[in-house]
Amino acid sequence: MTQSWTFGRVFRLTLLILGALMFLAPYIFMISTAGKDQSDIFSASLSLIPQHFAYMANFTKALTRVSMPNLLLNGVIVCGLILVLQVVVAVPCAYAMAKLKFAAARILMAVVMLGLLVPIHATALPLYVAFDKLALLNSYAVLVAPFSISVFGIFLFLQFFRAMPDDLIHAARLDGMSEAGIVARVIVPNAWPAVTAFAIFSVVAHWNDLFWPLIVVTNQSYATPPLGLLFFRAAEAGDDYGALMAATLIITLPLVIAFLLAQKRFVEGITMTGLKG
Amino acid sequence: MSDVALPVSAIETAAWREARIAWLLASPAIVLMLLFIVLPTIAVIVLGFTDFELGYGSFRFVGLENYADLISDRTFRRSLWNTTVYTAIVTPISIALGLGIALLIESEPRGRDFFRTVYFLPVASLLVAMATVWQYLFHPSIGPLNSFLALFGIPGPNWLGASSTVLYGLSIIGIWQSVGFNMVLFMAGLTAIPRELYSAAEIDGAQSAIDRFRLVTWPMLGPTTLFVTTISVINSVKVFETVKTLTEGGPNKASEMLLFTIYQEGFVYLKVGYASAMTVVFLAILVVLMVLQYRFLDRQVHYS
Repeated sequence: MTQSWTFGRVFRLTLLILGALMFLAPYIFMISTAGKDQSDIFSASLSLIPQHFAYMANFTKALTRVSMPNLLLNGVIVCGLILVLQVVVAVPCAYAMAKLKFAAARILMAVVMLGLLVPIHATALPLYVAFDKLALLNSYAVLVAPFSISVFGIFLFLQFFRAMPDDLIHAARLDGMSEAGIVARVIVPNAWPAVTAFAIFSVVAHWNDLFWPLIVVTNQSYATPPLGLLFFRAAEAGDDYGALMAATLIITLPLVIAFLLAQKRFVEGITMTGLKG
Repeated sequence: MSDVALPVSAIETAAWREARIAWLLASPAIVLMLLFIVLPTIAVIVLGFTDFELGYGSFRFVGLENYADLISDRTFRRSLWNTTVYTAIVTPISIALGLGIALLIESEPRGRDFFRTVYFLPVASLLVAMATVWQYLFHPSIGPLNSFLALFGIPGPNWLGASSTVLYGLSIIGIWQSVGFNMVLFMAGLTAIPRELYSAAEIDGAQSAIDRFRLVTWPMLGPTTLFVTTISVINSVKVFETVKTLTEGGPNKASEMLLFTIYQEGFVYLKVGYASAMTVVFLAILVVLMVLQYRFLDRQVHYS
């Protein structure tokens, strides 16, 4: 596909490049400001190159005020546990609904469809009261438990399993495999694209979630990255934007790097799961 | 007799066995769905009829009192209105930009991956963190945006600090964050359009790009557009992170939005009953949006 440089094409490219610059501007200023000291920040906000390279000072501040490694580790633990539980719970259920005959399948489908409508924001109040009564606030359990069930996961896997040929399962049954064995060794390996797509969706959603952690965690040692950043902002009164930008940079980087490394899968995953925001 | 009955009961046993295994496989999901979705949803509806407050032992049923209070609650009405304005700004602009950028990228063979990555980057970035960056960009005196405007002699507003502009500021962040998401959905929709349709349209006299868009692209994208619209509206109604991080509903409740108001009443003031009534309103909005989507879907002509 070689195209000549027509006026239309130059115009389109110019638009795309200008737009890209606008979309990248927050990142550019984040990286630039993370290296500026207070006097730089207050004098010349449009110059991108810091005059007194304060990267070390700002990053030290960011790393010492709130324990960044702890935040990131919490993020990994919480998102990892949620993802594993969601897959382990949703895959067998979706398999049963798609490939086995049982009376409850239709009612279950109705519950799943209704469940898709109910975000955590709607169930948070009674859940909070219950976890408070159980004295489970400020724990990994409270951060993970409500998300152990993903009706969206069931919905996604269900559609994927329905498209799988029955012969595959019959052959496995003839080989004497148990139903649990079929799920683990036939269904899951064949459903890998759906699992990856779901994994990306789930991790992006829960890594970014502020609402639930904000409600149930007040102890910094259980803070997830978004909540930790709020704590950092509260501790960093005033306009110390240098340190703030260093902190945002540290906290944004892991997911952005993951995205840049696997962007094709990311986009595919988000497109496939786009159904839910 | 037994010769006939045996295979029937064997089939019955097999069916029963299959159902039992299905129940076993589905039971963890069923239990968790009841525990974390069905029961809490029922509970929030019931709590909406009570004066339950966390920290007080007893509560009583107050009927529709909470809902009557909501109607006259100025903060809640302000919150509903602000959420509506925010949604009315963010949704159309992020859809139009998403579609526009998807079309531009599709028509340009060079740099496709690069542009897709750049426009999608905000979707993969931590919103609370990027909101902090936007707060700096929007800063009235040291922010780059107003310094930039000053180069042209335009006095920039106090974006997030003035009640007249705070909703626009938050909307800009919302648009920036969601365009890439809409764009990839449109790109998927665009690649699903058969190429022959474009040549057919050309033979029928659709010469200009605008004609081709009007006659082929737009109608073929119908289902995608409906889909993107629903998600965008729902996501805008659910705006919370930027409000909590940057404005806390201020100044003067000018950026008070639905989820933030619920959070404030329920989890800061601990008025669980009252906040539950608000949550029911929020759920009702989501249900209405879904019903609207299905209505449209029924009426829509499919070209597949």
